[in-house]
Amino acid sequence: MSLAAANMTGAPRTESAAPILALSNVQRSFGPIQILFDISMELYPGEVHALIGENGAGKSTTMKIMSGYLAASDGEVVLDAAPVTFARSREAEAMGVTLIHQEFNLAQQLSVEENIFLGHELKRGFLLDHAAMRAQTRDLLGRLETPLDPRSKTADISVPEKQMVEIAKALSRKARVLIMDEPTAALTTRETEVLFRQIDRLKAEGTAILYTSHKLDEVARIADRITVMRDGRIVRTAQRGELNEDQMAEAMVGRDLSDMFPPKRPADGAEPVLEVEGFTIGTLVKDVSFALRRGEILGFAGLVGSGRTELMEGLFGVRPSTGSVAINGAPVRIHNAEDAMKAGLVYLPEDRKENGLILTQDMRRNLTLLALKKFSNIVIDRKAEEAALDKAIEEFDIRAPSRDVLVGNMSGGNQQKVLLAKIMLAEPQIVIIDEPTRGIDVGTKQQFYTFIHALADAGHSVVVISSEMTEVIGLCDRVAVMRRGRIAGEVTGDDVNEDTIVRLAMGLDKKGNGHE
Amino acid sequence: MSETTSNAPGKAGFKFDLQALGPILALIVLVVVGYLLNPDFLGSKNITNVLSRSSFIGIMAVGMTFVITAGGLDLSVGSMTAFIAGIMIMVMNGLIPSLGTNWGVILVGMGTGLMLGAAAGAVNGLLITRMGIEAFIVTLGMMVIFRSLVTWMADGGTISLNFSLGSIYEPVYYGGLFGIRWPIIVFAIVAILGEIAMRHTAYGRHCAAIGSNEQVARYSAVHVKNVRLMTYIVLGILVGLASVLYVPRLGSASNSTGLLWELETIAAVIIGGTLLSGGYGRVWGTVVGVLILGLIDNILNLTDLVSPYLNGAIQGVIIILAVVLQRARKSSR
Repeated sequence: MSLAAANMTGAPRTESAAPILALSNVQRSFGPIQILFDISMELYPGEVHALIGENGAGKSTTMKIMSGYLAASDGEVVLDAAPVTFARSREAEAMGVTLIHQEFNLAQQLSVEENIFLGHELKRGFLLDHAAMRAQTRDLLGRLETPLDPRSKTADISVPEKQMVEIAKALSRKARVLIMDEPTAALTTRETEVLFRQIDRLKAEGTAILYTSHKLDEVARIADRITVMRDGRIVRTAQRGELNEDQMAEAMVGRDLSDMFPPKRPADGAEPVLEVEGFTIGTLVKDVSFALRRGEILGFAGLVGSGRTELMEGLFGVRPSTGSVAINGAPVRIHNAEDAMKAGLVYLPEDRKENGLILTQDMRRNLTLLALKKFSNIVIDRKAEEAALDKAIEEFDIRAPSRDVLVGNMSGGNQQKVLLAKIMLAEPQIVIIDEPTRGIDVGTKQQFYTFIHALADAGHSVVVISSEMTEVIGLCDRVAVMRRGRIAGEVTGDDVNEDTIVRLAMGLDKKGNGHE
Repeated sequence: MSETTSNAPGKAGFKFDLQALGPILALIVLVVVGYLLNPDFLGSKNITNVLSRSSFIGIMAVGMTFVITAGGLDLSVGSMTAFIAGIMIMVMNGLIPSLGTNWGVILVGMGTGLMLGAAAGAVNGLLITRMGIEAFIVTLGMMVIFRSLVTWMADGGTISLNFSLGSIYEPVYYGGLFGIRWPIIVFAIVAILGEIAMRHTAYGRHCAAIGSNEQVARYSAVHVKNVRLMTYIVLGILVGLASVLYVPRLGSASNSTGLLWELETIAAVIIGGTLLSGGYGRVWGTVVGVLILGLIDNILNLTDLVSPYLNGAIQGVIIILAVVLQRARKSSR
């Protein structure tokens, strides 16, 4: 990301102008539990205001109150100096306040174009004006440099593309206040740059932007003003440049975070556990070969869409593949997840809500689903399940309001812990972790890094895929970089740095400059 | 994305319990109302009648609970009963000249019924899982096919079991153990096994996982297609079992045998609290649902408060009400 940092310009400070939207002493409770305490903050025209905090700090609730999805229990939402009560989000949208959801709020069966205009369809008389909607969609997607056919079915497009469609949808509403809920969580570096250019443009037009992200380097780069929340309260408000990334993280967590990553542990001498040769999945993954050593943490980097996830899904048997795979020197054929599990290989999917956990079930059922055979001998041994849950809660520091809370009602970090505990119940030799910390706060991220090291220390061999460069760099002594379905190169030791990895991922020459 | 943790679990838990008890409360109310309207209602003769007639729907509904929990549906069970009953009778009648009228022939007939059920379920399941056709479409087609076949086999009339063979077979419906008729005993055993399978075995867990989120199930080493296929085969076998118990009751099969049973079966499952969209099922609820539908029918027949012709209307209201309650639960989550 630092490659292009130069093209962001500090916006003119606009404190003299009146705020468009403000919260004044807002409180919010759910039942007896108070979630927000005395929140006051202002969004000024032409300014990017970043709201940061750990999961559970109250960011989402604050955003929902601003955009009319929730009402404040007490206090006021002030729009253009007048108190307002949005009866629902539609009303907020009509008054120029739009929330950009995370990627999962699109109707999967509708086309891109239909989603963008959902609820705001352009009409000519009684009939839909398809031509106008298509033209506008093309224009919006063009601005976002996302070359998608407006008629593509939303279910068929990639996760980052969905996020771009969500952004296009908000842009089409011509909002005065744009609230962005972790817009870059699912975006690659390239798409993030595109988004930042759009944010620059919107600022110039006088739009007020509220921006949340767990990626603090982004916040440092684009925010004109930063509000830090912790435990439902605002703990710090700062101007651009007042806080560096470490200070932000410390303000969020409330403690020192100097050692995010445990010391690296090279596994040079260890014997290979997993050997992959000429592995191919359709046109997505082409002729990939690599080896994983015992106790190693091997990183896989590359842009989203470079085939990293598909490669791992193929190894795990949920995608048909060709090529040879050997575990402990013996060739194995893996056709489905059960084969993989029997061979000692498990996979923590990138998308925990779609592929990882059943959100409508409790922790116990989710935890034991993969390794259920271990718990059942005609009937399921409930006591053993409860004991496994106790152990998982203890080992992975899972925090839930109660044992039988539905997993969907837990925070992202705790969901991810349940998921990690679930795959580890299968007692695997090889653990593939795809995006270990997506959408997870800094404090929990640090915990995950400790977990991953503990797995490697215990003799498991770990593959980590991540779009967050710092994560791969901080965790792995050896990193394979993928580009367009192939391994573009492998870096070890001191070569594991952002510059080398980005160049490989983007296919740049040693001394090339700029982006693809 | 995170604050939802605090959605007051205590309150939701209480509501959830009320939802769970809803069908039982309805059943108790029906029993009390029935008794007040006609004291004969609780007589052992009436209860035996209601239970044995409900057991056909009940046995199938237990199987249907698994199909629906795994995210499927089977509309063909009513016509399948008629078809299986028709074939069973024709096979048994056909064997009389060579084997005579005895239990052997009946056992062959029973075996035919069960195997035919398994085969029909397998056809449904294979078309749905291997060809990837929607369950609604496949089973709608099969429903029409079976209904047409039985009409054709009966040449538009009725297929009747040989009279003397019928009188040997009769005790399978009218006889029993300790005064409890066989269909009731079989229904009870099926329900208990079903309840155990749903709540305490990996199979039940897998059905719920598939119905909740097929992708998660696949990534969790569940054989999604095989588990689904198995739900249809088990349901088919249970339809065969229901037919085995049904044939001795009337000793015939016709175009109108098992008419609308598929709807009654699905209704019992839904009234019992199983989610039509899949992911959550409870067999004991289904049993309660079957009893509720059976009792409404019985009460209307015993009293002249409301015309028995309105039976369907009342059942319809109850089905819709049950789903309204389900929605209320969903939104309280």
